[in-house]
Amino acid sequence: MSPAISIRDLSKTYESGFQALRSVTLDIAPGEIFALLGSNGAGKTTLIGIACGILNASSGTVAIEGHDTVSDYRAARSRVGLVPQELTTDAFETVWATVSFSRGLFGRPRNPALIERVLRDLSLWDKRDAKILTLSGGMKRRVLIAKALSHEPTILFLDEPTAGVDVELRRDMWRLVRDLRERGVTVVLTTHYIEEAEEMADRVGVIRGGELILVEEKTRLMHRLGGKKLTLQLQEPLREVPAGLASERLSLSADGRELVYSYDAQAERPGITRLLDGLLAAGIGFADLRTEQSTLEDIFVAVVHGDDAR
Amino acid sequence: MNLHAIAAIYLFEMARTGRTLLQSVVSPVLSTALYFVVFGSAIGSRMAEVEGVSYGAFLVPGLIMLSLLTQSISNASFAIYFPKFVGTIFEHLSAPVSGFEITFSYVAAAATKSLILGLIILATSWFFVPVRIDHPGFMVLFLVLTCVTFSLFGFIIGIWADGFEKLQIVPLLVVTPLTFLGGSFYSIDMLPPFWRSVSLLNPVLYLVSGFRWSFYGLADVGVGLSLAMTAAFLLLDIAVVAWIFRTGYRLKK
Repeated sequence: MSPAISIRDLSKTYESGFQALRSVTLDIAPGEIFALLGSNGAGKTTLIGIACGILNASSGTVAIEGHDTVSDYRAARSRVGLVPQELTTDAFETVWATVSFSRGLFGRPRNPALIERVLRDLSLWDKRDAKILTLSGGMKRRVLIAKALSHEPTILFLDEPTAGVDVELRRDMWRLVRDLRERGVTVVLTTHYIEEAEEMADRVGVIRGGELILVEEKTRLMHRLGGKKLTLQLQEPLREVPAGLASERLSLSADGRELVYSYDAQAERPGITRLLDGLLAAGIGFADLRTEQSTLEDIFVAVVHGDDAR
Repeated sequence: MNLHAIAAIYLFEMARTGRTLLQSVVSPVLSTALYFVVFGSAIGSRMAEVEGVSYGAFLVPGLIMLSLLTQSISNASFAIYFPKFVGTIFEHLSAPVSGFEITFSYVAAAATKSLILGLIILATSWFFVPVRIDHPGFMVLFLVLTCVTFSLFGFIIGIWADGFEKLQIVPLLVVTPLTFLGGSFYSIDMLPPFWRSVSLLNPVLYLVSGFRWSFYGLADVGVGLSLAMTAAFLLLDIAVVAWIFRTGYRLKK
């Protein structure tokens, strides 16, 4: 199947000389949920801006379902919905008017039934006649989503959809994204809440300094980079790791009260039994133990700060 | 052609006019009525007729032009500046609409407002002075051409402006003086020869002159020249807008 979004050698240098993107190449499959992770200023919003036609690329191309976003912009843009990061809405329009306006702007005929469904899905139906300036920040965010969905896009860009929203809206948002996926909509979201990518995404891309430094399926990424840790709280502090047990995977905490063993849970022989047997043989007792799985956040921090977790 | 988008923007703008009826229509009508009272009735009664037309009636085309120019520019410039200012322009830029479609819908809406305003002022003037229209076809032609040309000019200013000050500067410092010195209140025949020649450099003179000719058959310059100058300004505007959308000037980084 041809990709929903195909980005080729995309670079962007702003007039100030700031290079926001460096030769990014990326394909996103239809129906996929793709999370773009990166710190502030990494180039996430620039990438989305170019894909949606808000910014000009310095070089490279973006194609939406095979339609070039510059030479065939009508076909490309009519397939795309964009929820921007900033809460940029009209103030004096009603919710109903602004969402209907968006549908028209994207070249679709009036369809009150569809607008009603979109508003109901986003819990905005009761507010349909309210002026936007009377709405809370969370409600405005919903309005922006409704506007982006009003023309039935097959690709939705969500730029930091849950920045500064409450827990309830965040849950709603996650549910919405899953519903969209069931309808076959491709979703690209940027976030710096790792939890969000972990919750929703099929694939994750990490962008740093304008470069796409990693693209991988979320589960494989977590598997490959995400080890587990077993921490044993000792009854008596140790001065050093017992000679018979010494390995690069075992370390002793500074106060000598904890032994930390790193292992790969997927491995055939993680070596836990051998460790525990060894401790028993050496007469080292432990009071408690816990295991931790590294999260996408740990992986992200490791990747972004350059010390590759591999 | 994305007709749904054109309709959406046009209706959005007209709805905005409806919300701001007081400032878009009532205030220009009021200020024009004041001109009629002061210059037409109070002072005009002591002034000589201009080539057989009472001074009050002579003023009508010039005053309509004055309102049309300032209102067309301010309507269109504000209409496109405001989405840039609050950021909602992102939606226009990400939508499957061409620069032509965006320009057309904003300019059509601004021109419609100005046209309605011009007709209201014309109707108002009937209450104060005896108005006569010799060439109604040309009158409408000048009215429409002026509304479109100056809405387009306002649109360009709205895109160029990156602050509220710039938005105001052209109408206040350029257009208002040109209108006052463009024969809105007098015939340039009343000027000494030197200033008469200088006046011929003023583009607004050609508009006012042509428009007044369509009322009373009086003109400072030939009506053909008036039409040609208006058309030339319109074409210049179109060229600038085409360049703006080709380069993304002040719209896309």
